[in-house]
Amino acid sequence: MRSHSVSVRRGVLAGIATCAALSLAACGSSSSSTPPASSSSPSSGSSNPLAGGAPKGTVVVGSANFPEDELLAEIYVQALQGAGIKVTPKFNIGAREVYYPQIEKGAITVIPEYNGALLTTSVDTTSKAATTAEVDAALTAKLPSALEILNPSTAQDKDSVTVTQAFAKQHHLTSITQLKPIAKTMVIGGPPEFKTRSDGLVGLKNNYGLTFKSFSPLDESGPITLAALKDGKVQAADVFTTTPQIITDHLVSLADPKFNFAAQNVVPLVYKPGVNSKVTSVLNEISAKLTTPGLLAMDKAIIIDKDPYAAVAAGWLKAVGIKS
Amino acid sequence: MSFLSFAWDWLKSPAQWSGSGDIQLRILQHLYYTGLALVVAALIALPLGVLIGHYGRGGFLVVNLANAWRAIPTLGLLVLLVVLFGFNTVTWLLPLVVLAIPAILVNAYEGVAGVDADLKDAARGMGMTDGQILRKVEIPVALPLIMLGLRTGAIFVVATATIEAEIGLGGLGRYIIDGLATSNYGEVAGGAVLVVILALLVQVVFVGLRYLVVPAPLRAQARAS
Repeated sequence: MRSHSVSVRRGVLAGIATCAALSLAACGSSSSSTPPASSSSPSSGSSNPLAGGAPKGTVVVGSANFPEDELLAEIYVQALQGAGIKVTPKFNIGAREVYYPQIEKGAITVIPEYNGALLTTSVDTTSKAATTAEVDAALTAKLPSALEILNPSTAQDKDSVTVTQAFAKQHHLTSITQLKPIAKTMVIGGPPEFKTRSDGLVGLKNNYGLTFKSFSPLDESGPITLAALKDGKVQAADVFTTTPQIITDHLVSLADPKFNFAAQNVVPLVYKPGVNSKVTSVLNEISAKLTTPGLLAMDKAIIIDKDPYAAVAAGWLKAVGIKS
Repeated sequence: MSFLSFAWDWLKSPAQWSGSGDIQLRILQHLYYTGLALVVAALIALPLGVLIGHYGRGGFLVVNLANAWRAIPTLGLLVLLVVLFGFNTVTWLLPLVVLAIPAILVNAYEGVAGVDADLKDAARGMGMTDGQILRKVEIPVALPLIMLGLRTGAIFVVATATIEAEIGLGGLGRYIIDGLATSNYGEVAGGAVLVVILALLVQVVFVGLRYLVVPAPLRAQARAS
């Protein structure tokens, strides 16, 4: 149209200027959740992960590209250095698809892992192991000979059925088993695949006999799910057990005694030829002292309070009495 | 297998046309989101665009602001609103309204501002008041562009209303998001094909509306320019 093109010509420079000004104001970063089995959130990474090789004789500690794993790796690094071991950190490498081949080859020596996710993603996709013991046994049997898992910690970052503290108090809830009489009045939220996933609605029905009023497809333990819980749009949701908003939004993850959700214990995955008994004993000591509440508190510090990872790691090590 | 064969296999399965996931329901939901957003956007943008075009002030600024405004990421805005203000009609409707406003506003402004000055002069010479000029001369002459703005806005919204599924609502986006989450690519392809078909139908509806609303001589003139 004639008048349209005249205006376009006139407006080009001003349009560019306006766009530039607006776009500068537009972007922001988001806080992230801590999924063990997927690679969604980037963290405040340190060194370039795959730049050059590590000097010989050092332990290369890698991490996945989400805050919780980077924090755990930071703890490993500080504790190993405290024991006088030479360490090269390689944080923020990527998803398991990226770093697992690295540790198989020995380019990385140690990485903090989650036993359940490691098993079903990279080692045996068909495994039905659920309890910590079953998962660890399956890993020990099926990991390549150069790799091994050390002692698992009791700390787990796994799926859960989470409710608000108010709701739990009202219905006296501490465990998923207690949902049976009220499930049909409740809407449960989770990622869209929760509807058909074997540990989702299907598993909750088979293991606990739960039939919910309806299912609301949201995101995987992300901001939309947390908003839905807070808003009362759903009465229960699939939230990862170390999501910091559990503290700040006053939520509670119900116990899962039948292991509907497979165990996801934090466990060091190591490349055997690259470690010695001194290294493994330091890592085992960390695992022994790490608990889910402890990990949750640290996640809150780094994700919500935005405290620096190094300080949070150092603080925890000091509190549990490990030299760093 | 091609994208279309994925889509066809999923679409022709009878399970999609009955039960809680049925296509008819999703289409109706999708049209509801689109329709409501378009109506609200038009109620805001049409009067604004027409008045700015009529008085001729601030047009430059408004047009460039509206165009820059198109850069707002609709999905990001939706998630932000839901996290801040919870799940209600305003939080799911506002991002789609924001998306539709620039197209309607800019075209309404251009339409009215571009009315031949001679026409307005002649109308004033005949003794018409400002309001009469607006109603009897400017708006009718601007109708082709106004309809174009509404049509463009409608296409934007019908294509983007798929994001409502992100916050647990319905619509055709449900197939795309659920299909992706469960790696059911037939569902994704089928949902996408349905959105395209719906968008084409919206085009057809607006072509029909244009035929009904815009007088024939203006339609011919608009086509010629």
